[in-house]
Amino acid sequence: MNLTSSSSSSPSPSPTSTRFTRALGVAALVGIGWLVLFGLFLSPNDRVQKTGVRILYIHVPSAWLAYLAFGVTGLSSAAYLWKRTRNLQWDRVAGASAEVGVLFMGITLVSGSLWGRISWGQFWTWDARLTTTAFLFVTYIGYLAVRDLGGTHQQRAKRSAVMALLAVLEVPLVHFSVKWWRPLHQNETVEKGKLNGLMLFSLFIGLISFTLLYVWLVIHRQRVLALNDQVDDRGLDLALAARREES
Amino acid sequence: MNAWGIARLVAAKDLRVEWRSRVLINQVLPFATLVMVMFAFALDNDQTLTRVAPGLVWLATMFSLLVVVQRSFAVETADGALDALQVAGVRPAGIFLGKSLALLAQLAVLELVLMGAAVVLYRTELHAGGVVLLVTTYVAATTGLAFVGTLYGGLAAGAKGRETLLPLLMLPVVAPVLIGATRATEAALGTEGATPSDGWPWIGLLILFAALFGVGGTMAFGSLIDE
Amino acid sequence: MRLVDVVAVLGGFPALAGASLTVERGEIVLLRGPNGAGKTSLLRLCAGLLAVERGQATVLGCDLTLDRAAVRRRVGLLGHANGLYADLTVGDNVRFWGDTVGATEREIAASMERMGLANRLMDVPVGRLSAGQRRRTALACLVARRAELWLLDEPHAGLDAAGRDELDQTLRAAAAAGATVMVASHELERAGALASRVVEVVGGQVRGAA
Repeated sequence: MNLTSSSSSSPSPSPTSTRFTRALGVAALVGIGWLVLFGLFLSPNDRVQKTGVRILYIHVPSAWLAYLAFGVTGLSSAAYLWKRTRNLQWDRVAGASAEVGVLFMGITLVSGSLWGRISWGQFWTWDARLTTTAFLFVTYIGYLAVRDLGGTHQQRAKRSAVMALLAVLEVPLVHFSVKWWRPLHQNETVEKGKLNGLMLFSLFIGLISFTLLYVWLVIHRQRVLALNDQVDDRGLDLALAARREES
Repeated sequence: MNAWGIARLVAAKDLRVEWRSRVLINQVLPFATLVMVMFAFALDNDQTLTRVAPGLVWLATMFSLLVVVQRSFAVETADGALDALQVAGVRPAGIFLGKSLALLAQLAVLELVLMGAAVVLYRTELHAGGVVLLVTTYVAATTGLAFVGTLYGGLAAGAKGRETLLPLLMLPVVAPVLIGATRATEAALGTEGATPSDGWPWIGLLILFAALFGVGGTMAFGSLIDE
Repeated sequence: MRLVDVVAVLGGFPALAGASLTVERGEIVLLRGPNGAGKTSLLRLCAGLLAVERGQATVLGCDLTLDRAAVRRRVGLLGHANGLYADLTVGDNVRFWGDTVGATEREIAASMERMGLANRLMDVPVGRLSAGQRRRTALACLVARRAELWLLDEPHAGLDAAGRDELDQTLRAAAAAGATVMVASHELERAGALASRVVEVVGGQVRGAA
């Protein structure tokens, strides 16, 4: 609510970028350029997987980011629910991070099944990590649906924070139940020692640049969400004024 | 009144509603049995059916759970009773536990019928040695399902598009129960040479699941149904 | 009960746009005003069902902005919906709502008698009743709740002449016993005779009241 007074005095919307995020965006872009260069051209083929190994340079970073993103959603939700740190800002960070996480998780699933087709000969296998990932994807799509249910900002924040914590409960249960169900674990086709220096470096660039991209996306997205909330508040102010004229 | 008293009141009320309306008996049970028959059509092989019977029983339970949960909250929202419950100052934890209890009782009846259908339609055989495991599996799994059903049913109750939202939210969550209960039931029935000792570790998972969602639901239900 | 400049939002719309109202214990206040003026929202807010977005609201000594649950168990609300279970009988319904506040069997029977629910209706499922009979049942449930603040939204709607008389007597008795009553109604003559004060709700605000 305190946003209202500031927003009504400045009619032009503040941009979501700052000097910091612009630098961050440029850094992410440069990193992705490097990733393309190293991942597609400079790094060698794998002995077993041939050129298919290159998929890993985006698959592994996006998987890592999706998990990071959902972790951030869980922590921000807990921060919102905890009375002493209650602030709608946490809710917006949780929502932004979940959106970006769902995006990265989608990339993970698609790139992973393509890679699986090349190296295992099949798109899908029922191991714990894959299955948990798929469930996370669906669960956070559900979380985003709950965010859209409406009500006041506080109601939205509380409801979705509870949902996020329930998802945190659910994930290990799904993971272990699938793991016990199919104990035969897909051995990691690329063992750590077998990646040569240039391959490791490409993966490293992928991790760094995707992380930068994640931070950039979440900062912008959460600012957009904040602006959305401001628009709602502005709309309420206008509607209030109109309503008062009725009487 | 304390939460437990409210829970008993709400559970008794829900069961009375069922007793008077017979929706479970006249609609849900036939639906669930029909699902079992449809599985047989789809799989079209007696040996396969016997092999996968435990999974099908639990799958049919999950589908029926969706229907029963929708009904359980349709009763509350049809004439504003959920609002009235809140104005009555009834503790949300009491509503949660009461509705879970009533759901538990209804699911238990449903599962008995489904198990009977499996014996008749899928040639499932029960063994004396596996009875303890089977009963424990049913109690643990059903308790978990009842908690999860009430929790997400309450969340979806006031929402627009609740019919489609509920399956999206609930089915991923109950997946561990489907896996755990199916494996434990297979062990109890001796499907493909499994022995009851294979089933007990799964009971641990089912109990953990029920406990986590029981506690989580008791704490969170109030903020989920609040407007 | 004291509302100061209360704003409440329903789906992005300011249903209450700075409503202020003070009601003393034992008063019977009639809310009147055109459709969509915010009468229902005002009642729901006082019942703790609608969140206070801005402003201050104290009901029965409890701050609504801090703890809505504490208020809820001491008020009784009869909204547009009756809050009845259609599959249960009249007796079951009144007993259930009475039980939630620990009413005794005798109090429950008395509240049914109060609303003129004859014995022959006791075992009839609510779903089979007429609209007026349902309204009576809902009122009996409300009586059984022994609330300190009664909030009624168009309670006369659908009631026959006898039912209206019984309702009026019930509300007078409740007010005489120290309860506060707020009624939103379009039936101005009848409700006006009942009320100790009439306030007008227009555009989400309250007129004619400090």
